[in-house]
Amino acid sequence: MTRFKLFIPLIIFMLVGAFFYSTMGRISEGDYDPQALPSALLNKPLPHFALPKLENDQHLVQPKDLLGEIALINVWATWCPSCHIEHPYLNHLAKKLDVVIYGVNYKDENKEALRWLKNKGNPYRFNIVDAQGKLGLDLGVTGAPETYVIDHRGFVRMRHQGPMSGAVWTQKFLPLIERLQQEQAAHSQQEPSKG
Amino acid sequence: MRLILALSLLLLSLMAAAVIETYQFDNEVLRKRYQHFTEELRCPKCQNQNLSGSNSPIAQDLRRELHRLLHEGYSDQEITHYMVERYGEFVLYRPPVNKQTLILWLAPALFLLLAVIAVVIVIRKQMAAKLNDESEQLSGLEQEKLTELLNDRAKGRDHE
Repeated sequence: MTRFKLFIPLIIFMLVGAFFYSTMGRISEGDYDPQALPSALLNKPLPHFALPKLENDQHLVQPKDLLGEIALINVWATWCPSCHIEHPYLNHLAKKLDVVIYGVNYKDENKEALRWLKNKGNPYRFNIVDAQGKLGLDLGVTGAPETYVIDHRGFVRMRHQGPMSGAVWTQKFLPLIERLQQEQAAHSQQEPSKG
Repeated sequence: MRLILALSLLLLSLMAAAVIETYQFDNEVLRKRYQHFTEELRCPKCQNQNLSGSNSPIAQDLRRELHRLLHEGYSDQEITHYMVERYGEFVLYRPPVNKQTLILWLAPALFLLLAVIAVVIVIRKQMAAKLNDESEQLSGLEQEKLTELLNDRAKGRDHE
């Protein structure tokens, strides 16, 4: 028994080590992100805003302009390195998979942003200009890129921090979007007159 | 050497300037409250720094917003609510006690309790060991008997 006691610290050390090692594995596989924060807006409607459209700055966009469809809201900027990385995949989503994506051009220059879209392709239905980062603040953005999923009522259902990719799409977004589509279908069945 | 010194001084001043922003405050109370909030609110991006220590763009935005809210007459409670609405209770270095944060609040007391229990156990064991030592010492009668026995043996050996 006393001999066994001598090994207790070693056993504790090995358990702690195993825990850290498995956590490192989960971080590198993307199962766990110590930086990830659940959005404070989860299951809440979009905050109010009235901001100019990038494509036409005479037109003010409001939350009601984003309603009706399950959509992504992608917060991006030309100064953001990870946005370069995710941009081709956003193009793929919009053009091949018909995903509705609204852009929030976050703390950026309009001229730079328009040039970026011309050169790299435009996956966005339209872009909201958030030059001051006010909408970003109301959304709880911590940095670009971030991607939100809204349902057809305009409720925020998920927030993803960091670049979008094929793996992220299939693991995180697709299951949720399939569920939201079912919700939407059930909803429109309940109120066929409004459909 | 002098050049290196001069250069290092330059570096220090730059680093210090990085988190100094010049905000004008209408009065001393507002400045104090601003300082209090930048100490107590956590930067959502660089998660182990408070707002006063972080230079990330989001922390700059939040400081600017905080300054605005203070001057628009928001109360402390309203400011806390404003921040929590956007960034969750995570931004508070002193989160309210609820189901999720209960373990944070109770953990120090629990660990203290564990430590006290451990100390009590160790002390008790030591005392018990001391008592054992004492009981292992021979009483006067036992000592006499032992000497007798040893003497008898010694005598027996002499006879051989």
